[in-house]
Amino acid sequence: MSVVLPGTLPGRRRRRPLTLLTLRAGGQARVRIGVALVVFMVALVLLGPLFAPHSPSAFVGLPFAPPSGHVLLGTDFLGRDVLSRVLWGGRSILELSLAAAGLGLALGTAIGLIAAYSQGLLDSLLMRGMDVILAFPAIVFALLAVATVGPKLWLLVIAVGLSHTPRVARLVRGASLDVVNRDFVYAVQAMGEPTRKILLGEILPNIAGPLLVETSLRITFSISLVAALSFLGFGLQPPAADWGLMINENQTGLTIQPWAVVAPILCIALLTIGTSLIADGLARALAGIDRAAES
Amino acid sequence: MTAAAHPLVRSASRWGRRALGFGLPGFVARRVLWGLLTLFLVSIVVFAATAVLPGDAARAILGRNATPAALAALRNQLHLGGSVFQEYSQWLSHFARGDLGVSLASRENVSTFLSHRVENSAFLMLLAAAIGFPLAIVLGAISARRRDSAFDHVSSIVMFVLAWLPEFVVAIVLVVVLGTTVFTVLPPVSFFPPGDPPWDHLKELVLPTLTLVIAVAPYTARMLRASLVEVLESDYVEMARLKGLSERTVVWRHAVPNALAPTIQVIALNFAYLIGGIVVVESVFNYAGIGSALVQAVQNRDVPVIQAITLLVAAVYVVLNIVADVAAILVSPRARTSLR
Repeated sequence: MSVVLPGTLPGRRRRRPLTLLTLRAGGQARVRIGVALVVFMVALVLLGPLFAPHSPSAFVGLPFAPPSGHVLLGTDFLGRDVLSRVLWGGRSILELSLAAAGLGLALGTAIGLIAAYSQGLLDSLLMRGMDVILAFPAIVFALLAVATVGPKLWLLVIAVGLSHTPRVARLVRGASLDVVNRDFVYAVQAMGEPTRKILLGEILPNIAGPLLVETSLRITFSISLVAALSFLGFGLQPPAADWGLMINENQTGLTIQPWAVVAPILCIALLTIGTSLIADGLARALAGIDRAAES
Repeated sequence: MTAAAHPLVRSASRWGRRALGFGLPGFVARRVLWGLLTLFLVSIVVFAATAVLPGDAARAILGRNATPAALAALRNQLHLGGSVFQEYSQWLSHFARGDLGVSLASRENVSTFLSHRVENSAFLMLLAAAIGFPLAIVLGAISARRRDSAFDHVSSIVMFVLAWLPEFVVAIVLVVVLGTTVFTVLPPVSFFPPGDPPWDHLKELVLPTLTLVIAVAPYTARMLRASLVEVLESDYVEMARLKGLSERTVVWRHAVPNALAPTIQVIALNFAYLIGGIVVVESVFNYAGIGSALVQAVQNRDVPVIQAITLLVAAVYVVLNIVADVAAILVSPRARTSLR
């Protein structure tokens, strides 16, 4: 089978670019700040419950009580401790948005790869199908999904994941089109490799760079969308502790006890700023590598 | 799977080109035709999501204790009962004739219920666009002129972060800073009597407009900066500089008009993005537009309103995407010649 050694196939790019991309991105100050923010927020989400002074569902004071030594960030609209609820309330957003981003990336990558490799009728059908999802703004698509059977968490993941799918598929298809007609792909085809192996083993590694940038953007977008949906009341349902839901519930007390809204807002903001800084750095590093390769 | 195009598709696209003509008019005609087909598919998705999937939509809406008479009346109103195909075609033909049905929550005709909300949303979006896009063009041009300066670096990071912050985060931070807590200079909600024209309540519109400007201007500015940087490195700009023209004239007279062309595509796409943005922003500020109406309709399972708004939004979205595609073709000579 190995008449031609894999590393020596004509026109084949080695896998090193991904390491190079990560190194170049990591050299930028913005990426370091982004990574620090994300690590800090993820640690807060995962370890927060251990440090919560109260139970997230316990009534510890009057509604909208201002911060004091007993409740450091005051209480919410029912008199529960805001700090404890913030420390408990990030897990749902993180889990849901990562699951949705993962689903969207997997599905979009599969569709994009198959479309680019098959070309022809299957390509047209797949990409035209994607256009139908693209005809809705992501949030309207998610709301339409919620309208079917009501706010269920699995439905939220599927809806947000599907809204990512066409954007990922377009990117993957575009990047793969440059690769599918290279000589090394013809070479492995001639060796009789199964299509699945060609797609995952030969083409996918060659588009890993753009895909990594897209992954960071999709995670950022997922967090925004999931947080927005739970803010609108279509995510976790009361009495759950969830950042989006907290903002929704406590908005009426904004003038009396702003911390109940500002604390979860700050958490969502820091998390998305962190992921978007990483995405920006990765995109810059990728553009730099491409420019260097051209000249 | 073969690497070559399927013969059926090749002949179909050849047929399409022959039937609709070559060059730009043919491209626009094909694009519009495809837009119409997309909308047709969208209408199936919308109908399926709201009337078919949940089993019996009428029972889902009225609950378990509904009387048979009420169920029958609602089924009739939603064009249910009959085969799925009959239901759909009946619904679509009513829709196409402008009969959007009656809102289940407000008992109002959906078209009257939506008319002033469409006006409110359109005004908010146009206001945000009228402020946001010129601002983006100026910011992008300054960044490109002072490329790699401190201003450029700081503004590029700030803009990227602002562009990716969720709209409701920006909205509530603005409310806290300008509306309720730090300075109390602006109304924190944008509620006014229904039927009032929105331009009589400009003060209530400041915060939602500002939120939307922050949502779209940074991205547009970054795109303009990128295309302007490319133009500033081109030969004809070098020529203009060598003629001894001032840098200001070079940038604003020669470079910006050329970089603006690709920005039209970005503006069309960002306009489409604004439509998604108003859903959240209107809800935060309690502004009576189609975005907040959609959120309420989903909460109340108000099927006719959901159907009308999602289809309307999809239609506008498809049109804006066609505009973006045609603009992209118009401004890129390489893409233009490949149409032949």
